[in-house]
Amino acid sequence: MFRRRKDKVELARRAGDRLHRFHGGLRLHHYKKISCEIPVQRAALPPRLYVPLLQHTGREAEATVSEGQHVLKGEQIGCFKQLGSGCVHAPTSGTVSAIVRHPISHPAGEDGRCIVIRPDGLDQWLEQEPLADWQSLDPAALLQCIRNSGIVGLGGAMFPTAYKVQEASERGIHTLVLNGSECEPYISCDEMLMREQPDSIVLGARILQKAVGAERTLIAIEDQMGAVHQALQAAIDRSGTASISIVKVTTIYPEGGEKQLIQVLTGLEVPSGGRPADLGLLCQNVATATAVARAVTEGKPLVERIVTVTGSGVRSPRNLLAAIGTPVSNLVDQCGGYLPGAARLVLGGPMMGYPLASDSNPVTKAANCILVLNEDEIRRPQAEMPCIRCGECARVCPALLLPQQLNRSIRAQKWEETQAGGLRDCIECGCCDFVCPSHIPLVEWFRFGKSRLQELAAEKQRADRARQRFEARESRLARNSLARKQRIAEKKRALRADAGQQEKIAESIERARKRREKTE
Amino acid sequence: MSRHFATGGAPHFPPHRTVGSVMRQVLYALAPGVAAYAWFFGTGVLLQILLATVFALALEGAMLKLRGQPVKQFLGDYSAVVTAVLFALCIPPLAPWWISLTGMIFAIVIAKQLYGGLGSNLFNPAMIAYVVVLISFPQHMTAWPQPAELASHGLGPLEVLLTVFSGQPAGGLGWDAVSGATVLDAIRNGAAAGQSMESIRQSPAFGQLAGLGWEWIAGWYMLGGLWLLWKRIISWHIPVAVLGSAFLFSSAVWIADPAGNPSPLVDLLSGALLIGAFFIATDPVSGCTSPRGRLVFGAGVGILTLLIRRWGGYPDGVAFAVLLMNMAAPLIDRFTQPRIFGHD
Repeated sequence: MFRRRKDKVELARRAGDRLHRFHGGLRLHHYKKISCEIPVQRAALPPRLYVPLLQHTGREAEATVSEGQHVLKGEQIGCFKQLGSGCVHAPTSGTVSAIVRHPISHPAGEDGRCIVIRPDGLDQWLEQEPLADWQSLDPAALLQCIRNSGIVGLGGAMFPTAYKVQEASERGIHTLVLNGSECEPYISCDEMLMREQPDSIVLGARILQKAVGAERTLIAIEDQMGAVHQALQAAIDRSGTASISIVKVTTIYPEGGEKQLIQVLTGLEVPSGGRPADLGLLCQNVATATAVARAVTEGKPLVERIVTVTGSGVRSPRNLLAAIGTPVSNLVDQCGGYLPGAARLVLGGPMMGYPLASDSNPVTKAANCILVLNEDEIRRPQAEMPCIRCGECARVCPALLLPQQLNRSIRAQKWEETQAGGLRDCIECGCCDFVCPSHIPLVEWFRFGKSRLQELAAEKQRADRARQRFEARESRLARNSLARKQRIAEKKRALRADAGQQEKIAESIERARKRREKTE
Repeated sequence: MSRHFATGGAPHFPPHRTVGSVMRQVLYALAPGVAAYAWFFGTGVLLQILLATVFALALEGAMLKLRGQPVKQFLGDYSAVVTAVLFALCIPPLAPWWISLTGMIFAIVIAKQLYGGLGSNLFNPAMIAYVVVLISFPQHMTAWPQPAELASHGLGPLEVLLTVFSGQPAGGLGWDAVSGATVLDAIRNGAAAGQSMESIRQSPAFGQLAGLGWEWIAGWYMLGGLWLLWKRIISWHIPVAVLGSAFLFSSAVWIADPAGNPSPLVDLLSGALLIGAFFIATDPVSGCTSPRGRLVFGAGVGILTLLIRRWGGYPDGVAFAVLLMNMAAPLIDRFTQPRIFGHD
């Protein structure tokens, strides 16, 4: 285990040669077929689009349009002006009817500022300027294009792709991993994308590979995705690239998590607090790759995505290509509406997705799935029982944590113990919640614990800075007074050392003595 | 029109299992062993289970009420029933009713509820109860009936009832008439008298492999335990460590001195070792929780049990071994923390 980074990077070069296992995890029923029967359809535009300004990790972007302004499809409507990142584009042509706060289903908060667009029905694109020939461009130009196109990780993380690629390329990447293993039950948008647009994925892979300077690409898919392998292989063959290969991984939740997928492919663990780049790897979702391909070769920013609308509460589950900002209710309507008994609306999968209080929330770049579940498919609110230390949570934890001990330390507010227990390494996959017989909301406690640890770390940083300032001042004062003492001592010594001066001193002492004798 | 939904935390799945369902499955797994036990030793076994369960539930309910806890929720977790059944299976089937009551007071009131109820007890409640009554009432706790095949005076259900409630064998019989030495008693007394293993084995208490009747009961307990393993109610670490360490220890002393020690098979199939390995030492609350910790914990139980059997003051030592290891569990857990993902 005590390998230096260089050795690990070398080992990671063999990624995909054979499959490894990760600790714990769950074998869940997939429920994917129900939404894979119909090809992906383009969703009709709603009467109003609510495009959130926060569709990435970090702070909300600034609006770059004003109310009443007419926008074209693909026109930038929000951006961080200084950084040029976090860009949001108009999903269709129309008029900005308002800029309001609206529920946005972002982990950072319930509400956020949204640009409301009234489509004009023309769906007219802004004049596109595709990059002439991407193969002749340098990585910096590719990154610039990715950044301007507002591309974020479409697997759900919403981390700005350009930033991730740039950071990785600075560290040196040998293998690009395209993650097509969507591991959560019900979600099938990536599977449908790989079936229907394999060429776009392969093209995106080639562009990303060039942008990050990788030697090859692995596309990881699940072993139960029947038609996907063939489709992708055919696309690779058509492209004539030898550096892209496909790996089938066993479907065990959460094998699609970045760290778990890397462990499966390489047998190596991403160091705690580190990135896959520490192993010379970069992970990207397959849908992100197609977005990159569209941005670079067609000049089209990210304004739409495939959303799985599924669950036993939806009449006709399917995958829809939806404009960003389309309200969830609109998509459900286009799938035949709710069935009687629909009891919960989830954005994302059943393991990590979060519940929506209302279906007026818009689709964001991270919205891979809209899941409607029946009463008997969800957890009814029930009393929590005490932990009986059965250890099931530890058995299924892919991060090798002891969730029940973390739970205890967080509740006891023992923050050092919590930190030592590895809370920061929790990936919030929810396996522990799933198996807990006492129905303790472990992940909720872990999120709370993480935010407390962050606050404490920030507090400590402030305190440390204040202490450093204080100590610097103290030592400066001490230095000054020492220097002063030294100067005085120096002077005295100089006086003593001077023979003429010594004589004068002796004379004056003599004079004084005589004067005293006279007066007596 | 937008539609509103009730929210709730992930995972959005119906509960996989509950504390109650876990405990119920433990009870199901005990059923074959209980049936075999009753087959060989009569209806007293079932009566003791019934008595202990009634006392346990009554005491648990009263304590929950006193502590201001939701009574129905916690009575429905079946943990008190599991404690009661395990205790009842450890005491002689003809023990008087107040043994059960005393035991349950110590198990439920003191060892469990006064420590904070479900999940907070440091010690295995059933074993606390067993040790308390064993030390306090040695004469009642060592009066083990003979298996049905050996008993000169088989007791019918009514006589069993009378015996348990009067504290005296029904029909004017003496305790000697209805009880006899167990295999572990025979080994212990024989060894103390300097007899060889061969002559000890002549005792009528022995069956094919170990104790007459007991060997079958132990086998059925193991079957139930394997079912729990298969259902993932318990992990393999503790049973394997208990039985493995006991087997190795027993083999070592047996190979060193075959005339003075029973074979490892006799050791494993006698006394409470099998029910202990699968049902008692696997109590999650009072045991270790990390996988390596569970191996250490189980090995400790196995070795201490055999040490007590060979050189201690009691014929069997599972209860003492479990309680001693309960004490060590927090320390063991501390030193057997698994390595966290991504840490060297």
